[in-house]
Amino acid sequence: MSNTTLPEPARFFLDRFALTENALGETIGSAIARRADYADLYFEFTVQESFSLEDGIVKKAFKNVSQGAGVRVVAGDKTGYAHSDDVTIDTLRLATRTAQAIADEGGENRSVAVRPSSPSRDLYALATPPIATGLDAKIALLNQVDITARRHDPRITNVLAGLGVEQKIILVVNSAGVFVGDVQPLVRLNVTCIAEENGVRQQGTYGGGGRVEFAFLTEGDRYLRFTRTAAEHALRNLRAVDAPAGTMTVVLGPGWPGVLLHEAIGHGLEGDFNRKQVSAFSGRIGEQVASPLCTVVDDGTIPNRRGSINCDDEGTPTGRTVLIEKGILRGYLQDRLNARLMGLPTTGNGRRESFAHIPMPRMTNTFMLAGDEAPEDIIRSVSKGLYCAYFGGGQVDITNGKFVFSATEAYLIEDGQLTHPVKGATLVGNGPDVLTRVSMVGSDLQLDEGIGTCGKDGQSVPVGVGLPTIRVDGLTVGGTQA
Amino acid sequence: MSTPSLEEIAARLLQGARAHGASAADVVVAEGDSLAVGVRLGEVEKVKRSRGKHLGLRVFVGERSAVTSTADFSREALAGLAADAVALARVTAPDPYSGLPAASDLTTQVPELDLYDPALETVTAEQALQWCKEAEAAAREADARITNSEGAEFDAGTNRIVYATSHGFTGEYRSSSCSLWAVPVASQNGTMQRDYWYSSQRHLAQLDAPAAIGRIAAARAVRRLGARPVPTCEVPVVFDPEMAASLLGHLAGAVSGDALYKGTSFLLGRLGEAIAPSFVNVYDDGTLPGALGSKPFDAEGLATRRTPVVEGGILRSYLFDSYSARKLDSRSTGNAARSVAGSPHVSPTNFFLDAGTTTPEEIIASVGSGLYVTELMGFGVNPVTGDYSRGASGIWIENGELAFPVEELTIAGNLLAMFRAIEVVGNDLTRRRSVSAPTVKIAKLTVAGT
Repeated sequence: MSNTTLPEPARFFLDRFALTENALGETIGSAIARRADYADLYFEFTVQESFSLEDGIVKKAFKNVSQGAGVRVVAGDKTGYAHSDDVTIDTLRLATRTAQAIADEGGENRSVAVRPSSPSRDLYALATPPIATGLDAKIALLNQVDITARRHDPRITNVLAGLGVEQKIILVVNSAGVFVGDVQPLVRLNVTCIAEENGVRQQGTYGGGGRVEFAFLTEGDRYLRFTRTAAEHALRNLRAVDAPAGTMTVVLGPGWPGVLLHEAIGHGLEGDFNRKQVSAFSGRIGEQVASPLCTVVDDGTIPNRRGSINCDDEGTPTGRTVLIEKGILRGYLQDRLNARLMGLPTTGNGRRESFAHIPMPRMTNTFMLAGDEAPEDIIRSVSKGLYCAYFGGGQVDITNGKFVFSATEAYLIEDGQLTHPVKGATLVGNGPDVLTRVSMVGSDLQLDEGIGTCGKDGQSVPVGVGLPTIRVDGLTVGGTQA
Repeated sequence: MSTPSLEEIAARLLQGARAHGASAADVVVAEGDSLAVGVRLGEVEKVKRSRGKHLGLRVFVGERSAVTSTADFSREALAGLAADAVALARVTAPDPYSGLPAASDLTTQVPELDLYDPALETVTAEQALQWCKEAEAAAREADARITNSEGAEFDAGTNRIVYATSHGFTGEYRSSSCSLWAVPVASQNGTMQRDYWYSSQRHLAQLDAPAAIGRIAAARAVRRLGARPVPTCEVPVVFDPEMAASLLGHLAGAVSGDALYKGTSFLLGRLGEAIAPSFVNVYDDGTLPGALGSKPFDAEGLATRRTPVVEGGILRSYLFDSYSARKLDSRSTGNAARSVAGSPHVSPTNFFLDAGTTTPEEIIASVGSGLYVTELMGFGVNPVTGDYSRGASGIWIENGELAFPVEELTIAGNLLAMFRAIEVVGNDLTRRRSVSAPTVKIAKLTVAGT
């Protein structure tokens, strides 16, 4: 069989699984034969490599190949899904029968004309995808991380570093006639340094990456900056004081602290929770949910970012969605099912972890636009408070809006100056309320370095966040110093 | 053409690894079926079925090692797998601690632990949807303030694992699991609260009744209505069994040989020390019949066992796989676990805090003013130092009684100090998960609020 006229990656999958365009059209046609609203086929082939360094040597190397296909049938708000890692026309037909069992009998056999198309753009066209870079370069980079961290300071007693490289190839064929694929490269370097002094041990972690070539890590010695930042972070923690406890003014630094937006705002604006009216933001479009200084967007189209994708996992091109505009709630993040049921446009946010998962509305890169204030003026404006430069992770209860996130690098602000570094402190707040307390927004918007992974309902997807320096008047800080 | 058995595939891979120059190797092959169904507001929301298989090959070339894994069981893919693994291993550094366990340590018999329920092979989506409907309906009917629902979900899976090594071990076992969840939403005065309840078992017949799950979920959601923060204070904190289990999870992480040799455990160097009061006993037991964390042999072919981790408050044993044991000049405790795509690492089996004699009601009654924690959020635990700071919600205790719901709080302390400050352990241990605990009271923690 020859599929040489097809664009990649359609040809890749049809050749690999011995399928034809006609067979896919027939499968989709039979999937929506009952009283179904929508059906799609999703093919995936992913190669992952990872390397880990500890005790001064790269002692582990992994390579994983996963492949499979999922068939989804949607009728009203019902979803039938079946997937298999054994992909043939017969297993697709069987999966289709399983998936369509949720739709009522009746309806007509429809034929769907599927014609392969290419995405109109490529946000991560790479001359050499990171998976194609030789093993030696990857090992050498990790060895250099170890040497650099240990040379940085003799108190660094161990270095744990991980390099993960992925190439995911997907193909979506759906009953709306979409037939589109994508090749998604991804690379991430994580560095953890353990520092020890006078019997006290502390750790510091930093890293980054994106949908970039491997050379991104070495450009301008970026990986060495990550390493030194992790080392500094561990050393700083050695002299950190206990965190304060109680409600206080908090200044969030630029970049990764944007995880606040992801937890406090972003999840609550995902279409599924709002269709079901179980989000603290349900039914609040057009209302003021933030100070007029705040404009928050989700943008899956920024070239080479970890959270960016050409099209989502339902074949919809990603876009830029304004969530909050000058404090007013403007929009939700949608996949096809929720957009259709809510009578709203899809936004290209239907994502899934793999072929073994049903798509859901998910974020891409979520950030706040820059304001006018100089960041140093924001810090100077606080007589007593907390400055948070880096976070571990966060979590939200979308129904009551309560969120939590953990500062792994923070400082006391005393009389407008950063003074003592503070040990890990947890911040808690209420999503619909927290941005109303934003009183200053800096001019220094930064996106994070490319480390974010978002978990929802057991599915993990890579995401990005971003933030300018902001001042929040009144967040609960959970330390031990009451 | 007949399809080769998983054992034949494993044997062929081990031969291939040898042929490509590996000095030793092991293979894990997993295959399974799963069913997940969901109901929301009485209607079918989701039916999902899958069949999957995956295998991982670990090779050693002298002291170098690597793992390759694939879901593609075609002859060509499997032939390439061994070559890839050996090539990957050759670029790693020699690690003198690497290697398979000594052949003399391998288990010679695979005990029958009652981990597999054939009934889960034949559950139909219709049956499962009916249980979900019953659970959700019970939640919605339990209280007029249950106004919405995120639904109810049933999941079931059956698995078969085959493990083989180049030094002669071959073992296999089947396992199964199932769970039923209900997630109702309560509302009052324009605010909403969501909570859940669940049952999770290896055997279908042992799942709690759907209606009982729904009623508990509803009561948990309703009791949160009107929650508010309290002023920052230092008070006794009572962890309900689910939240106490999270503390046990942190303990399991800290006694893991992996964390110890990496220097990322706050319990490093504390073997033989009192880390808790004398009435505290913690065990890891992989041999409990039918339990969620049991297995007949670990991921390196060693027998699982019962390890006293803390006895009489004294830290008696860490948990090891063979790598971390070699690094720390100790012996494996049969706690190797492995995902197909990974290398073995240390994991607890059934890890639990032994029950005390005090009822949870008596524990709550012993608190003048304090916090009963029913939910913890966030990742504010530093494993290196034990520093602990997490978002919390629950019920405020006044004069020994559950008085009013609270939220938007944090609790903070240090895990070692917290274990030492355990004042009472409840008598209400049930093994709802593989890591479990009864109600626990900690004498004093910082609660941050307004």
